[in-house]
Amino acid sequence: MSVVTNTTTIGAIDAPSRRNTELIMMVFAIAISVFAYANVGLAIDGKLPSGMLGYGAGLVLLGGVAHLVVRKFAPYADPLLLPLATLLNGLGLVLIWRLDQSQRLIQDAARRGYTYSPDAPKQLLYSAIGVAFFVAVLMVLKDHRVLQRYTYISMVVALVLLITPIFFPEVNGAKIWISLGPFSIQPGEFAKIFIAIFFSGYLMVKRDALALASRRFMGMYLPRGRDLGPILTIWALSILILVFETDLGTSLLFFGLFIVMLYVATERTSWIVFGLLMSGAGAVGVATFEPHVQQRVDAWVDPFKNFGQTGASGASEQIAQSLMSFGSGGTLGSGLGQGHSDLIMFAANADFILSTVGEELGLAGMMAVLLVYGLIVERGIRTALAARDPFGKLLAVGLSGAFAIQVFVVAGGVMGLIPLSGMTMPFLAYGGSSVLANWALIAILIRISDTARRPAPAPAPSPDAEMTQVVRP
Amino acid sequence: MNKPLRRIAIFCGVLILALLVRTNYLQYVRADELNSREENRRVRIERYAHERGDIIVDGKAVTGSVETNGSDFKYKRVWKDGPMWAPVTGFSSQAFDSTQLENLEDGILTGNDDQLFFNRTLSMFTGEQKKGGNVVTTLNGAAQKAAFEGLGNQKGAAVALDPQTGAILALASTPSYDPSVFAGNSDKDSEARAKLLADKDQPMLNRALRETYPPGSTFKIVTAAAALENGLYDSIDDPTDSPLPWTLPQTSRPLNNEGTIPCKNATLREALRYSCNTVFGKISADLGNKKMIEEANKFGFNDEIFTPVRADKSVYPEDNPSQNAMAGIGQASNRATPLQMAMVASTIANDGKLMQPYMVAARQAPNTDTIYTAEPKEMSQPLSAANAQKIQQMMETVVEQGTGTNAQIDGVTVGGKTGTAENGVNNSKKPYAWFISYAKTDKGSPVAVAVVVADSKANRDNISGGGLAAPIARAIMKAVIDNK
Repeated sequence: MSVVTNTTTIGAIDAPSRRNTELIMMVFAIAISVFAYANVGLAIDGKLPSGMLGYGAGLVLLGGVAHLVVRKFAPYADPLLLPLATLLNGLGLVLIWRLDQSQRLIQDAARRGYTYSPDAPKQLLYSAIGVAFFVAVLMVLKDHRVLQRYTYISMVVALVLLITPIFFPEVNGAKIWISLGPFSIQPGEFAKIFIAIFFSGYLMVKRDALALASRRFMGMYLPRGRDLGPILTIWALSILILVFETDLGTSLLFFGLFIVMLYVATERTSWIVFGLLMSGAGAVGVATFEPHVQQRVDAWVDPFKNFGQTGASGASEQIAQSLMSFGSGGTLGSGLGQGHSDLIMFAANADFILSTVGEELGLAGMMAVLLVYGLIVERGIRTALAARDPFGKLLAVGLSGAFAIQVFVVAGGVMGLIPLSGMTMPFLAYGGSSVLANWALIAILIRISDTARRPAPAPAPSPDAEMTQVVRP
Repeated sequence: MNKPLRRIAIFCGVLILALLVRTNYLQYVRADELNSREENRRVRIERYAHERGDIIVDGKAVTGSVETNGSDFKYKRVWKDGPMWAPVTGFSSQAFDSTQLENLEDGILTGNDDQLFFNRTLSMFTGEQKKGGNVVTTLNGAAQKAAFEGLGNQKGAAVALDPQTGAILALASTPSYDPSVFAGNSDKDSEARAKLLADKDQPMLNRALRETYPPGSTFKIVTAAAALENGLYDSIDDPTDSPLPWTLPQTSRPLNNEGTIPCKNATLREALRYSCNTVFGKISADLGNKKMIEEANKFGFNDEIFTPVRADKSVYPEDNPSQNAMAGIGQASNRATPLQMAMVASTIANDGKLMQPYMVAARQAPNTDTIYTAEPKEMSQPLSAANAQKIQQMMETVVEQGTGTNAQIDGVTVGGKTGTAENGVNNSKKPYAWFISYAKTDKGSPVAVAVVVADSKANRDNISGGGLAAPIARAIMKAVIDNK
C-alpha cells in the first residue's frame, strides 16, 4: 500500500521550482548592468572604467548570495522578482556612478560649499546592506503569517516613523528625514511596509464587518459610523503629514495604499468612491493654503514660467530641466554618459534619476525600465492571487500597490504628468532608506510567493486507510 | 478576494500605461519643441561641443577654436586680428550667444545645417569626429587691413565693394573690440563684456552697417543721378539754372556754399568739383521730394539690406520742400550707412547697375567640399549707363582737380566725392568727414569705397572729407588694385 492517493482538494501538482530560470535571469540582469557600466566608462573616459572588476564582482556577489538564499529558504518563490530588483539596483548604481562623473555637479557642490564625494560607492554599500536585509528577512521570516501577530505593533511603528520627522529640521522644503549623527533616514520608505502589515492584519479581521454592515444610500453602500472611524483617522493622518511635513508623496502613497487594501478586503466599490472623494477634498483643501504644495502645483502647470529668473522656484526649474532631459533623449537616447541630465543639478541622482534614464537611454530605455517596474508590480499581484490565506493576499497586494503608486507618483512627477512630490524611484535612486526598504519589500513578496507556490504537503496517509482491511469471506 | 485583486492588477497596469503614454508623448511628440527651447542649455553645449568651422578670408581662417577646461563647453572661439575682423565675423560667445556671420552661419559652422546632412551621415559611419563647415568670405585681407589701419584710432567706418559683383571687400569699423576677450563663460569674460558695453565710444557698434550718418556732400552723386535720369539737365558741361544766393523754398533762409566758390549757374561738373550746395539743393527742390525719394530708393535707401548681415535702413525722408532741398545735399534728415554710400559709388562705377552686396562667397562642408557658391545678383538699375558715365566724368574731375585730389593713385583712374557733413544743432559738434570713390582700370572698376570719419582727433577746421577720409579710401583702393 505504498501508493498515496490524493484526496485533498488542494492541488498538489508538483509545481516546478523555477530556481534555474531565476538563475539565468540573474545572469542577464547582472550582465546588462556590467555592460552598462562599461558603456559609461567608454563614453566618458574612452576606456573601460577601472572599478569595473570590483563593481562586477560586487554585483555578482550580491546577486549570487541573494539567489542562493532564495534557493535554500524560499525554493518555490516567484522567479522574476529577484532578477528584476537586481537589474534595477544594478542600473541605478550605473546611473549614480555616471552622475558622479559630472563636472557640473562637482562644481555645483563646491559652489554650495559641500565637500564633494561620489555617491556610487555609498550606494553599493547600501545595496549590500539592502541585500543583507533581504537575506535576513528570508531567513528569519519562515512564514509571512507570523507578521499577523504584530498588527498593532506595526501600526505603532508606522505612526512613530511617520510622525518623528516633524521634530527634525526641514531639508529642502520637506520634513521627511530623521537625522542621527552622520546618518539620516527617510522613515516614509519603511513606514509603507509597516502600514501594509497593519492594514492586512486589521482588515483581515474587520473585513466582514466593513463589507456587510453598511447602509444603502443612493445606490451605494455607505459604511457604518463606527467602521468609518479608522478610515477618517487615516485620512486625517495623511493630511497632517501633508501639512506638517509638506510631504505630498508619502501622504498620497499612504492614502492610496489604504484605499487599495480596503477595496480588496471588502470587495465594495463604494469604498473607492468614498476614498477618492476624501483624498480629493483633502488635497484641494491643503493645496489652497499650503504654499509648498501650491508651488508644486504651479510648477506642474507651467514649469517654464520664470525659467532662469531669480525668484523662480527650484521645483519648477527642476521639472523644466527634467522635461528637456526627456525631450533631448528622444527615441533612442544620447547613450549612457553622453547626456546632460545633470543640468537638473540638485537631486539629479535621487528623485530625478529617471530623467537620466530618459535622456541617455531614450524612449526605448524608459519603456524598458517602466515595464520592469510594471512586471514587479504584476508579479506581486499575481502572488496575491496565488496566496491561499487572506492575510497573505492583503499583504502582497498592499506591498505591490504601494510599489506601483510610488513608481507612478515619482515617475509621473518628473515627467510632468502630475505635480512633483519628493519620493525616490525604488532601487534606481540614490538613498539608503529607499534601497533597504525596497529590498525588504521584495523579500516579503518572495516569502509570500514561496508559500503560495509551494506544493501542498502530501496529505498524511489516513490512519483509516491504513487500518481498513478487506475482509474476505 | 480575487475579483478585486484582478481589478487592482488592471489599475496598476493603467498606472504604468499612463507613464508609458506620457514618456512617448514627451520623448516623441514633444521632443522637437523641448529641444528647441531657448531655456535648453544643450543647444549651446552642442554648439561648442565640437570644433567650430572657420570663417575664411583670402584662403586663410580668421577664426579658430581652442579646447577649454572647467566648463561644459568644450571648445572656445578665438579670432585672429579680432578687432580688425569683428565687424565681419561678429562674435560667438559661450555665455553671450553670437552675432553677425557667427550667428547667421551657425548651422554651417557647427555642422548642423541641413545642407550638411549627407556629410554628417557619412562621418557617422566613418567614425570621424564631428566638425563644423567653413564660411568663405568675399573679403580682401589687404583692403581690410588698409581700412582698419587707415581709420586708426579715429571713430569711423569704411566699406569697399566690388562694383561688378557686389562682393564686400572691406568692412571696417573703429574703435573696435576683440571678440576673443569674452568668448568663454567665466567671470572674466563677463567683466570684459560689461566693460565693452559701458565704453562710451561703443566699440561693439558696427558702424559700417548699423550706424547712419548724414552723408553730406557725397549724396550729391545721388542728386546728380536724379537730375540726369529725370531729364532736368542733359549735359554735365552746360550751365545749370542756379542763382546765387539761392534761398531755400518757402523760407527766407539762403543756402550757403562753403567759402566763395564759383557756383552761379555752374555746370554740373564744376558744381560737383567745388561741391556747390546751391546747385544741388536747387536740383533737389526742382525735382521735388517724391522724385528724390524714388531715385534714392533705387540706390537702396529706405530699405534694410542683408549682406547677409543686416544693415540698418538708410533714410531719404519724406519732408517739406526746404528740408527736401537740404536732404538733397545730404543734410537735414538724410541718413546713410557707410555701406549705402559705398553702394552709391559702386553703382556709378558699374555703369549704373547696382549689385546686391554680399560677403559670403562660399560655404564648405567639414571636408572642404564646396556646398554653396554665391552668384552675384543685380539689385537695381538706378541710372542708365550713359548717365552713369557722365557722373563718372564728374567724379573723376573731383579727384583730378577738385576737393578729392588726396585720392589720386598713379596710373589708375579714380573718381570720388568728398563730404563734410554737419553734425549737431547748428553744426555744434565735430563734422563727419566722408569720402566715396571708385578706382577704374582697363577691365572696369574693381573697387568702390565709402569712408566716414566721425570723430577725429583733428582740429575742427581741419576736418574735411578730402583731408581725412580720402587718404583712407585711397589706401583701400590701392590695396585692392595691388592685390589683383
